Amino acid sequence: MKTSTNVARQAWVPWVTTLALLVLWQIVAMVLGSASLMLPAPTAIAQSIGQHYDVIWPNALQTLYTTGLGFGLAVALGMVFGLAIGASSLIYRGVYPLLIAFNAVPKVALVPIFVLWFGIGTLPAVVTAFSLAVFPIIVNVATGLSTIDAEMEDVMRSLGATRWDILTKVGIPRMAPYLFASLKIAITLAFVGSVLSETIASNEGIGFLMQAASSRFDVPLVFAGVIVIAAMAVIAYQLCEVIEGRFTHWAKRGK
Amino acid sequence: MSMSERLAELLAFDSKGGAEPMAACALAPEEQRPPHSGQPYVDLRGASLVYGSGGEQMLAIDRLDLQVGQGEFVAVVGPSGCGKSTLMKLVTGLLQPDAGAVFIQGQKVTGPVRNVGMAFQNSTLLPWRTTLENVLLPFELVKPHRQRIRRHHAEYRARAMHLLDVVGLKDFAEKYPWELSGGMQQRANVCRALVHQPPLLMLDEPFGALDAFTREELWLLTQQLWLKQRFSAILVTHDLREAVFLADRVIVLSKRPGRIILERRVDLPRPRSLAHTYEPAFSEIVHEIRDTILEARA
Ligand SMILES: Nc1ncnc2c1ncn2[C@@H]1O[C@H](COP(=O)(O)OP(=O)(O)OP(=O)(O)O)[C@@H](O)[C@H]1O
Ligand SMILES: [Mg+2]
Repeated sequence: MKTSTNVARQAWVPWVTTLALLVLWQIVAMVLGSASLMLPAPTAIAQSIGQHYDVIWPNALQTLYTTGLGFGLAVALGMVFGLAIGASSLIYRGVYPLLIAFNAVPKVALVPIFVLWFGIGTLPAVVTAFSLAVFPIIVNVATGLSTIDAEMEDVMRSLGATRWDILTKVGIPRMAPYLFASLKIAITLAFVGSVLSETIASNEGIGFLMQAASSRFDVPLVFAGVIVIAAMAVIAYQLCEVIEGRFTHWAKRGK
Repeated sequence: MSMSERLAELLAFDSKGGAEPMAACALAPEEQRPPHSGQPYVDLRGASLVYGSGGEQMLAIDRLDLQVGQGEFVAVVGPSGCGKSTLMKLVTGLLQPDAGAVFIQGQKVTGPVRNVGMAFQNSTLLPWRTTLENVLLPFELVKPHRQRIRRHHAEYRARAMHLLDVVGLKDFAEKYPWELSGGMQQRANVCRALVHQPPLLMLDEPFGALDAFTREELWLLTQQLWLKQRFSAILVTHDLREAVFLADRVIVLSKRPGRIILERRVDLPRPRSLAHTYEPAFSEIVHEIRDTILEARA
């Protein structure tokens, strides 16, 4: 029987597993004793977060800002490119190999180039976040468009639909679930890109904070940065999932 | 309320005139298309279609000649894979013939023919739209409705709701296609093909997936709508009773490549009732067509 208590119980599961992991971590750190310098206990990390709150807060905002901007650009341009690639086989043939090549390049290797072009700080972080996040969006949007049922298109065309009609009334709704699925991947990749760039070339952001803390051997603060990034990523991911549910409820088939 | 009572209501609704919201947007199809103007509505002349290219060419339709008169109902039967669906695509301009030509109202077809009602075997409802929104789709695309629908939405909605009521889907108007049974989806699909009163209706096995009773109800519905609107229609079907019940003329195609091997006029009076389908005159026609198909298979 599928009851509401069952559903309510399932809502608790992620909290339970997280708590279990923290407890395990705490025990391991305590067992290690003084050797736990390299693996600070969760309590020590929490303490560090409380202590350096005033430093963490603005840096977290900075990371959130560069990530959000890179992600937003990735969504906008990714959709444009994805639609173009999905709608025209000529563009597909011309651009797809280049895209794959671009995606295969490790972005760490690109950061120095971005720094040469854009200086250090916000801009290279945004560009790195964008360059990591855009690929899954393009691929999914293009794939989504290619799944349009030929018969559906025939019905539209025999009603006098223009290409624009077909794109807006069939293409975009059809591709929406694919787009939203890719957003969840893209947002986490955007965080990776931002922090990566901040670690190499910035004097603000969580990446910079972790870099600075590790050079001072302030291990708890390094881990504090990790926790903050992870928390932001989880929240952003959940947000994407809520938006996805709103827009693509039809694709979720009733239970 | 039975289906036929609802039908009577629909017909009454239509003929009431100015007071009803529907009268304002009715296209007065009768005025636009006199029942018989001599020129066939659909005219295929030696149309052939080849699928594939290079070494793997396959002739799907071979020099087909077929005329469908204005307001005529033609049924096409034939073995699976003989090119019936391909024929539908040729007539609607979704495919261009590799030889010969297709004319609609004397005009050569060079691109998709606008304003055709189409229903396929698998319902092609858009899953992100409710049943009602799906049935409203033609109004969003076909002129002159597409310019009017924003301002006169309530009127079009009423029109779509009425048709849904006729096929017994009124209570499912706000449901999504995946919340409907297969037969319900199929009924909604036929509604969408008919709602804008197209001058040409193309039905590609639209009742195939339905149970016998629903199917027969939809025959009656289709016949009533046809008697009222007198659109030209081509129906592809595997069901010979269905073909003879609905059509003025039944065309039998051979195995691929499709060629006409029998053309049988059905002169039974209209409106035809289901009881007619068990009478000798009806069975005789069905058997004649059946025998031809069996011979062709042998
Ligand atoms: N897009 C296509 N590309 C290549 N061959 C095709 C294509 N569509 C159909 N065919 C082939 O053309 C032939 C006729 O197909 P068609 O769909 O018109 O048959 P049909 O008479 O509608 O069959 P059924 O009764 O099973 O629906 C078949 O042999 C099929 O394999
Ligand atoms: Mg077919």
